[in-house]
Amino acid sequence: MLESIKTFAADFFVTGDPLIYGADVSILLVTIAVIFVLTYFKKWNWLWREWLTTVDHKKIGIMYLIASLLMMFRGGVDALLMRTQLAFPNADFLPSDKYNEIFTTHGTIMILFMAMPLMFALFNMVVPLQIGARDVAYPFLNAVSFWAFFFGAMLFNLSFVIGGSPDAGWLSYAPLSEVQFSEGPGQNFYIWGIQISGIGSLASGINFLVTILKMRAPGMKLMKMPLFSWSVLSSCIIIIFAFPILTVTLGLLFVDRFFGASFFTLDGGGNPMYYINLIWMWGHPEVYLVVLPAFGVFSEVVSTFSKKKIFGYKSMVFALLSISLLSFFTWVHHFFTMADYKVDAFFAITTMAIAIPTGVKVFNWMFTMFRGRIQMKPPMLWTLAFIPTFLVGGMTGVMLAVAPADFQYHNSYFLIAHFHQVLIGGVVFGFFSGIYYWWPKIFGFTLNEKLGLWAFWLWNIGFYSTFMPQYALGFMGMPRRSSTYGWDMGWWPLNFVSTIGAFLMGAGFIFQVWQIIYSVRQGKKDTTGDPWDGRTLEWSIPSPPPEYNFAVIPTVEQQDDFWYKKQQGKSMKPTKYKSIHMPKNSGIPFIMGSFWFIAGFGLTFEWVWLGIIGLIGVAVSIVARHLQKERDYYIPAEEVEKTEASIGGAR
Amino acid sequence: MEYASKNKIKHIEDEHDHDHEHDESSIKTFGFWVFLITDLILFATLFATYTVLRTRYNGGPTGEELFEIPIFVAETFILLTSSFTSGLATLGLKRKNPKIVIGWLIVTAILGLAFIGLEITEFTTLVEEGAAISTSAFLSAFYVLVGTHGIHVSAGIIWMASTIIQIARYGITKDTEHKTYIVTLYWHFLDVVWIFIFTVVYLIGVM
Repeated sequence: MLESIKTFAADFFVTGDPLIYGADVSILLVTIAVIFVLTYFKKWNWLWREWLTTVDHKKIGIMYLIASLLMMFRGGVDALLMRTQLAFPNADFLPSDKYNEIFTTHGTIMILFMAMPLMFALFNMVVPLQIGARDVAYPFLNAVSFWAFFFGAMLFNLSFVIGGSPDAGWLSYAPLSEVQFSEGPGQNFYIWGIQISGIGSLASGINFLVTILKMRAPGMKLMKMPLFSWSVLSSCIIIIFAFPILTVTLGLLFVDRFFGASFFTLDGGGNPMYYINLIWMWGHPEVYLVVLPAFGVFSEVVSTFSKKKIFGYKSMVFALLSISLLSFFTWVHHFFTMADYKVDAFFAITTMAIAIPTGVKVFNWMFTMFRGRIQMKPPMLWTLAFIPTFLVGGMTGVMLAVAPADFQYHNSYFLIAHFHQVLIGGVVFGFFSGIYYWWPKIFGFTLNEKLGLWAFWLWNIGFYSTFMPQYALGFMGMPRRSSTYGWDMGWWPLNFVSTIGAFLMGAGFIFQVWQIIYSVRQGKKDTTGDPWDGRTLEWSIPSPPPEYNFAVIPTVEQQDDFWYKKQQGKSMKPTKYKSIHMPKNSGIPFIMGSFWFIAGFGLTFEWVWLGIIGLIGVAVSIVARHLQKERDYYIPAEEVEKTEASIGGAR
Repeated sequence: MEYASKNKIKHIEDEHDHDHEHDESSIKTFGFWVFLITDLILFATLFATYTVLRTRYNGGPTGEELFEIPIFVAETFILLTSSFTSGLATLGLKRKNPKIVIGWLIVTAILGLAFIGLEITEFTTLVEEGAAISTSAFLSAFYVLVGTHGIHVSAGIIWMASTIIQIARYGITKDTEHKTYIVTLYWHFLDVVWIFIFTVVYLIGVM
């Protein structure tokens, strides 16, 4: 009996590596600490009532933000481990199998569990406020999305200490990810972690599309809508068309692995290249859908801090929509080396075509700044850092789009440098800019600027010293995913510089965490509701907004309505209140998420009984919700009036 | 005012509950159509997969050898009829008669069960004949495409049961009317998908 438990545990838990024992201990300590703190301060009830069951988009946004910062930490540690291994030739800090696992989890976590939730954090914090709505179209579904993401991410991260991490790259190319080459639960963790959170992302895409199309304040025609909301709309369009492809792709891979089907296998008539086509049909739109909201942030920030209306509004909208369309016609550029030259020609041209709308946007931002009264506030700094960074990233992208030349760059560090440049320079800088911009609105205090400036420069200097050497390394022939190299290759100096840069970025992140912790205690309260002298509706209400956002829904007359009303001295402060219709909190989304986790865990280990229990739980949760009758309540007018009087501050 | 959002705002300021419910259900219906788009893309991807792998028999049986015309024609008629009966249920909504609605929804669900039963028999017969999911890429694609549709239909039956319970309990309210409308919309959608399965998988398969 004892023996069999021992053998089971040796298989079940990942053993034999000090890093992992360290992770085990820290997970255990953090869990104990959290339980202790919650119990000691009697906060369990508060946690359940205020957070786990909430359907308030602002609180869901905050939870997305916290989760994505944790994931950025995890993905960042992965990055630093890899850079440490590569700092010197012939290092044996990470053996090659561990290295494979770490580059896999780094990529997956950074795109799906860091960039995506950071994006949804911004969606949730900003969109309803910006379009003058009280919540998203489906508040309950919004909570379901969050908990699906959260439990999917937890499942994926669990692979580090239980069962073993996936190690077939961030897109798990078949046939490597098939059971013949990747036995064990690692790949299943990948499939179910992403599948479960992907369902959440798809639901969010539907939710925000409907919110934007159906819930705008009266008078806000689409062509008067702020550009951030436009970028969210374009991004949601991509989600709606791309995510079902991911669901199918992962589903088929699991059927291959579990039922012994042969979709992507080498035998049985399967076609591994078909997997690579499918995954990139989702994967390429995916990277555009995370960058579009960043473009939206820049449009808001540039306009606010230049004190000017955005230049070329209509062309901005057109550019956003054409990027969402074009994003579906570029996927083959990820494997030019595998396709026919005629196919390559088509996809080379569509890829280069993306540079046109993107160029339009960059010019428009510059023209908005031209002769503007520019204020160097933190959000603006990140925007200014973004422009040159993304420009270089875009240029190297066009270089990669030249199909014949791509045969040289393919799978080299040149590619690594390129996509980190667009993803960090575009997505991460953009989302940071957005977080700094909307932070006072959501939390009601401003972040310390001095610590922010340290973070800013560390990130930027770190970024350039990490990735500029990698372009050169690519030209020198260093292949991606290599876990080590010899002294004779001549790659050491540049790799060493790159590693130093990565640690500088890590230090930048620590400064940001410090900045947040410091400002929670010392930050200046935002009593005006409009700390940046903003232009759009979210700045017309108190910070942080009351749960119903707008005591009275504003009527919009033009683009940047709030700004012009301020100019004309018109007050937006309501005089008469009515009772407000609100959705009730619900524990079902959290419970459903937990059942997804159980189902995912069972299917990962191919313990069918546990998988079935989990799936039944999910189904019961859905039916329970369908049968639920009392889903909403009213806040009486008097209470609204009292709340409004007590928070004040708003215009 | 021509703005789509106007109604939503108006209802909040309106004292009348009627206006409010109507409006919320229109937003929900719109969202459901968007969901159907995503589901359509899911099936489109599976159809593409089937088309890519359709002739990869791997030395195993072909569609012509496997598909039995009476069975898939029966499946088709049952599902088409159930789509018609679910339409009759929504007509009952207009006449505000819960008995008609429940009656036709039960008929629809029973037809759905018959369809699922036939499909399960078809699949088990195929497996007994040695045509399993692991036999060839063609069969992998076949089982997953047709099976995904079957899982959708099963979910639809459970959903319909939950709707029937609610109509029986609360009668025809704005809420149950909306729920009935949505579940029948979903049912029609599955019917449309089946038409494509009938054509792309079975008809082309036996030709």
